[in-house]
Amino acid sequence: MLIRHAPDLTDNDVTDRSLYLRRREFIGGAAGLGLLAAAGTASARGLAYKPGFSTTETPTPKKDITSYNNFYEFGVNKEDPSENAGSLKTRPWTVRVDGECEKPASFAIDDLIKGQKLEERIYRMRCVEGWSMVIPWVGFPLKDLLAQVKPTSKARFVAFETLMRPSEMPGQRWDTLAWPYREGLRIDEAVHPLTILAVGLYGDVLPNQNGAPLRLVVPWKYGFKGAKSIVRISLVEKQPATAWNVLAPREYGFYSNVNPAVDHPRWSQATERRIGEFRRRETLPFNGYGQYVADLYRGMDLKRNF
Amino acid sequence: MDASVKRAARSKRPSKTRDNLVYAAVWLACFAPLAWLAWRAFSGDLGANPIEVVIRQIGVWGLRLLLVGLAITPAARILKRPRLVRFRRTIGLFAFSYVCLHLLTYVGVDLFFDWGQLWNDILKRPFITLGMAGFVLLVPLAVTSTNGWVIRLGRASWQRLHGLIYLIVPLGVVHYYLLVKADHRPPLVYAAVLAVLLGWRLWDAWQRRRA
Repeated sequence: MLIRHAPDLTDNDVTDRSLYLRRREFIGGAAGLGLLAAAGTASARGLAYKPGFSTTETPTPKKDITSYNNFYEFGVNKEDPSENAGSLKTRPWTVRVDGECEKPASFAIDDLIKGQKLEERIYRMRCVEGWSMVIPWVGFPLKDLLAQVKPTSKARFVAFETLMRPSEMPGQRWDTLAWPYREGLRIDEAVHPLTILAVGLYGDVLPNQNGAPLRLVVPWKYGFKGAKSIVRISLVEKQPATAWNVLAPREYGFYSNVNPAVDHPRWSQATERRIGEFRRRETLPFNGYGQYVADLYRGMDLKRNF
Repeated sequence: MDASVKRAARSKRPSKTRDNLVYAAVWLACFAPLAWLAWRAFSGDLGANPIEVVIRQIGVWGLRLLLVGLAITPAARILKRPRLVRFRRTIGLFAFSYVCLHLLTYVGVDLFFDWGQLWNDILKRPFITLGMAGFVLLVPLAVTSTNGWVIRLGRASWQRLHGLIYLIVPLGVVHYYLLVKADHRPPLVYAAVLAVLLGWRLWDAWQRRRA
């Protein structure tokens, strides 16, 4: 796939001073991944930094990113995941990649991570509830993993299935959502270079409450599209069912692109509160990633396909 | 009120000092949630999104106090403590204060007085439409809560007006229910308490008619 450069990218952006000044943090990040290796979970491959994809906005404090979560498998309150996710065992962990592909495979999570080139991606995250964060993920493009199984021409969508384990996920003992949590992307969204599978946060192992050991991050969509604790990724021909859409189809569409022009019945999507800030700020179409992704939806009525 | 209850009330009337102490305790109890919230805010214990916590907590306490207000009459009758009824106005006005504060933090802090957005919220978001309706209906009850107004309106019309509370509290519960995304158990607990309190009144009215 052609990686488009931002039309406003100039030579100055290549060695962005604020990023240059933060270089030690990235080295620190690499060291953090070294910790991953020490824990027998992954090998550090260093961080390749892509200035076009990461935002230069100040990341939200780690404490907030790891204590204010929507992860209903561990409870519906924001503090529940950080309080209850400690019981989740993320090793051993197998991820099945199958469906419309030539080489379906099951990966032990550590082998899967070892096979990828990890990068730091500092992305905005906009929750459908009207708040947002800036999160320094560590991960790899989903497309790199999909390429390994060689999708066929029938693969038009990608379905994500997450862990079903009520013994360790107390929220699953009650049918708030149709467990296990499912998400889906169109294939062109899935192989878009912005779409990553995250395995780390702030240069360290991904905390359980943030979706360990493997979660999806699609920064131009509402946060709930980022399936957590993924166990299966299937290439499929038909648009897959997604958890929130099944619960309330009028409120949560399949696409769920961040769109200030399409109101949610509970929340205006015109503005958002960045965690740590007092005043609300304007929400940007596609969460500010329109220059990279708007073309994917050319000709589509985004008010109907919300 | 039948004669035996009246007699019981007279005989159990406590001393003035004790009465004042009980009043002070009720006031302190009504202020406690606010004080606790202020303390948490002061010590930085409201988490990543303190504005949301403050709005929700104050709103939930407004709803709880409204339910406590509705519980007083049945409690006074069942426990045969008719003087409990004197706390109805205090509790009701505290409930109104919490509801006002809830609205004020939403409009003033969350929306930062963005009136256009407020109007859109009222028109487009059913939970806000109903919540706002509940607040508007609550205002005349707060205004006419004084003894002077009871006399001015006459007891019968005053009571008819204050019957609005049987509409307002359900609006509050539905307001909460519609806000919740998936796990409706917490608002359903409030709905169940409300159902018991209203159900008791229906049962009571039916008993009286039969008697």
